[in-house]
Amino acid sequence: MTEVAGAQELGKEQLLDAYRTMRTIREFEERLHVEFATGEIPGFVHLYAGEEAIAAGVMAHLDADDYIASTHRGHGHAIAKGCDVKGMMKEIYGKADGLCHGKGGSMHIADLDKGMLGANGIVGGGPPLVCGVGLSAKVRGTNQVAVSFTGDGGSNQGTTLESMNLAAVWDLPVVFVIENNGYAEATSTNFSTKGLDIAKRADGFGIPGVVVDGHDFFAVYEAAGEAIRRAREGGGPSLIECKVNRYYGHFEGDAQTYRAPNEVENIRQEKDCLMLFRQRVTSAGLVEDGELDRIDEEVKQLIDESVEEGKASPEPGEEYLLTDVYVSY
Amino acid sequence: MARRITYMQAINEALRQEMERDESVVVFGEDNVGGTGAPGEDDAWGGVMGVTKGLYPHFPDRVIDTPISESAFIGAAAGAACSGLRPVAELMFVDFFGVCMDQIYNQAAKFRYMFGGKAVTPMVIRTMYGAGIRAAAQHSQSLYPIFTHIPGLKVVVPSNPYDAKGLMIASIRDDDPVIFFENKVLYTMEGEVPEEPYEIPLGEAEYVREGDDVTIVAIGRMVSMAEQAAEALSGEGIECEIVDPRTTSPLDEETIFESVENTGRLVVVDEANPRCSLATDIAARVAENCFDDLKAAPKMVTAPHTPPPFSPTLEDLYVPDPERVAAAVREVTGAGARA
Repeated sequence: MTEVAGAQELGKEQLLDAYRTMRTIREFEERLHVEFATGEIPGFVHLYAGEEAIAAGVMAHLDADDYIASTHRGHGHAIAKGCDVKGMMKEIYGKADGLCHGKGGSMHIADLDKGMLGANGIVGGGPPLVCGVGLSAKVRGTNQVAVSFTGDGGSNQGTTLESMNLAAVWDLPVVFVIENNGYAEATSTNFSTKGLDIAKRADGFGIPGVVVDGHDFFAVYEAAGEAIRRAREGGGPSLIECKVNRYYGHFEGDAQTYRAPNEVENIRQEKDCLMLFRQRVTSAGLVEDGELDRIDEEVKQLIDESVEEGKASPEPGEEYLLTDVYVSY
Repeated sequence: MARRITYMQAINEALRQEMERDESVVVFGEDNVGGTGAPGEDDAWGGVMGVTKGLYPHFPDRVIDTPISESAFIGAAAGAACSGLRPVAELMFVDFFGVCMDQIYNQAAKFRYMFGGKAVTPMVIRTMYGAGIRAAAQHSQSLYPIFTHIPGLKVVVPSNPYDAKGLMIASIRDDDPVIFFENKVLYTMEGEVPEEPYEIPLGEAEYVREGDDVTIVAIGRMVSMAEQAAEALSGEGIECEIVDPRTTSPLDEETIFESVENTGRLVVVDEANPRCSLATDIAARVAENCFDDLKAAPKMVTAPHTPPPFSPTLEDLYVPDPERVAAAVREVTGAGARA
């Protein structure tokens, strides 16, 4: 039996939950890739496939009343935070029964009841928001934690850097997760960050910063656990840089000519987070292949139903155009 | 019991009373305490002009200094508002909106709509506007039209101490994001203000003066310019009706239309630059809705299409004054030709 780092505190149920989360995200995104190509989905879609271990590893430590702020690439975060998958799919189809009544779409998918402050169409939009949630938790005396997800692109926005400083000086229960997938849109991290680990910027703000392998659920789980525990116990903010890869383009329709031939194929074969997870938990005897296969089937069915319902769901009526601009006006 | 206090004291009192009433109200911004972390006195400044002075000793956990990072802390106000607080964040001068506008118009203003009605974002951004203290181009603009343009924001521009207190209390209690414009010249203006808390509903204009000859719609500091002009014009036999919208979003169009239906003439006085301003907006709304009542084309009295200049001589020319208001009134009443 192989030892699996970080897995000691995870019971079988939690391992299966983590796998289900990752598989649900993967299936959701792979299916969107196919459906988007048919032209039935309006607007822009940015897929999270390949990065699932990060959302699952971080969210495994968050409670229902904790908050997250997300990015363009937000489906995975939303699913891992507990947003209704069918509601999400309907939203992406722009339908009235969608999570946001078809008024947000993929880039603004949100559910505040689940502590999901929204995917964000603005790169670097989320970090200031989680500072506010952290302040709220601190002033109200709760032990809530807020996590912002930002890409390597967003890591170069002033908002992100300002927020790390603000969270540090206000001593907030906040965790900044940088998902470094190597590309800010089409621009390589090698160009945009001068080759240094983004996590090293934490030193400049006087907060802990670590680099983890974003393909490895257990590595993310361990690092996030430490950072979130520290935040919850009043130890202030942390930065976690997850080095990872995305399987698709910046958005669907991106020909990705800036990538090396076979780049994604190689990653899929060597570092796929679902594959790594399965290998490790089965070889350690923690979970059996059949149990994971069953989840795969259940998830496939859920996503089939989601797409079907997404397509069949009614369009928002004209009355939706003018509602919910204000609470009162 | 009412007594005479300043516009600044009225805002300070509103903040203190709301913080006492509601523990979820927090106040933060650059130097809002003033002196945090420094070896000298706490509460040294209370904001750059002293508007929040004296709050920190009462509420040491809820009056908080920030780094000079408007994007981070204005965005934090939005996040805090979505998660149980009623933040009042100070954007020191509205001219600084350029470094944090995304957090205001792309985030806070749109949450409710984008998220299908689930978000409630009860935040107030207090900000200073207006020329008159020789603060030059980057500290003197009247930018409320830019915010008025944006769906999801409410915009408040009080013209006197009484309104400042009642509108601030209403803004804090409001469940939508509110941009609260404080005129820096008006900070020392005195007026009767009740000691007890009270609300002035957002979206209700006030008749400042009644008259039958011409309607003057004036905003913020321009109300007192209009009053001085009206006083002088009364001596010439021209009676002005002055309407103060008090909030530019929502805008109480009904009261403006009602007045114009009565007088048949409109002069709008707006310290903002002339293009796509409150003046153009109100003139257009009146033209569209009261065309048959109009006896003359609406007239706008505004700052010129320039940045605010530094030189006191030039700045005084930049800001509309009672003489320019009176000249516009004479023009629309046809009195100009007789003068």
